[in-house]
Amino acid sequence: MLLQGTFITIQLALLSLVLGLVFGLLGAAMKLSPAWPLRLIAGFYTAVLRGVPELVVILFVYFGGVLIVNAVASTFGYDRYIDVSAFAAGVTALSLTFGAYATEIFRGAVMAVPKGQIEAARACGMSPATIGIRILLPQVWRFALPGLGNTFLIILKETALVSVIGLDELMRKTEIAVGYTKKPFTFFLAAAFIYLALTVVVMAAQRGLEARANRGVAGRARA
Amino acid sequence: MNVELMIESLPALLSGLVVTFQLVAAALVVGFVIALPTALARISRLAILRGLALGYAFFFRGTPLLVQIFLIYYGFAQSEALRDSILWPILREPYWCALIAFSLNTGAYSAEVFRGGIQSVPHGQVEAARAIGMSPASVFRRIVWPQALRQALPAYGNEIILLVKASSLASTVTLMDITGVARTLAAETYMPIEMFTAAAAIYLALTYSMSWGIVLLERRLTPKESRV
Repeated sequence: MLLQGTFITIQLALLSLVLGLVFGLLGAAMKLSPAWPLRLIAGFYTAVLRGVPELVVILFVYFGGVLIVNAVASTFGYDRYIDVSAFAAGVTALSLTFGAYATEIFRGAVMAVPKGQIEAARACGMSPATIGIRILLPQVWRFALPGLGNTFLIILKETALVSVIGLDELMRKTEIAVGYTKKPFTFFLAAAFIYLALTVVVMAAQRGLEARANRGVAGRARA
Repeated sequence: MNVELMIESLPALLSGLVVTFQLVAAALVVGFVIALPTALARISRLAILRGLALGYAFFFRGTPLLVQIFLIYYGFAQSEALRDSILWPILREPYWCALIAFSLNTGAYSAEVFRGGIQSVPHGQVEAARAIGMSPASVFRRIVWPQALRQALPAYGNEIILLVKASSLASTVTLMDITGVARTLAAETYMPIEMFTAAAAIYLALTYSMSWGIVLLERRLTPKESRV
């Protein structure tokens, strides 16, 4: 039973990771853009999502999201009631949060790429898109990996908060098991060790990815 | 959005702010008391101390805070010995359980921060202080700690802000902090958007004023000649 919950926890974390990376890249692109309205929106996004507790974000998305989705749907002439699942709300809240942190990480990583390289690439006649794909992104990935890994570890632990809105992930399955067995300490400790195991796996993956991203960089391969 | 309702709910939310503030302040003090010895144990010469500190930090940094709170609040009731002990009136109360969980959690994170700060002090300074006859205690108090604190302050500030946000989990064990009040009001009024927006605004004000405070403190603790 706990393993079923673990499976949902993993799905929740991975989906939030992928969507969060997309939000992060978009956010960073907006923050670095020359157009000030884009910068303003991205600044507002990161300021709010990083300053408000994740639990409040989750509650807002779940309870407020239903109202917003239905209000938007009815303005488009769709009047049947749309239900927002706890899973969808959890993924939305966690990926928005992850995206806000990733925005800052990507922004820092882009700025860490020496400007001379961009100028040199342009002097060679590369188009902006080629520069982005061949010069910028591989290095941004390398600079951003440590920060992204740490943020993902935080998000992994925050998936537990989605149990508050009733999603049957690891934490909620544990609560149900506690209700049956009346052994809260045993089961919450078991859940704690499952989370620890997931953390260790993510840390190992992070180390592997970092070693790969740093290959060929003198003296930094094992940094 | 019903702004009037948000303004009406402000007094209730501000009473939640008091609870949040109390929890955070108390957890910071207790967490600090835990963190400093843990940081020293992490760099101790004794393998047992290092192992204990590492295990403590690993557990509390690797598991969700929600699990830790439930482990203390619900889990401790499983032990009959605990239920019969004199500690039970304390461990029965959600307030104390949340406080214990927050303190242990922030203690584990802060210990890492302080360890980094202590290790950033150049070893030559310690050797020089010892050479002029300072006792280990005064070396730590007068040479290592002031610099370690300055070095650790940005990261410690982040930890304080994370603790403010983490304190919202107190609402899961029925405490009436900002989030707890907002959840109750949202259920009573059927206005979740207004209530959670108001709560979010209070948290934003809290976290941003705290990060300004920390920047000011950093500036005060940085010697004038080394300011950029």
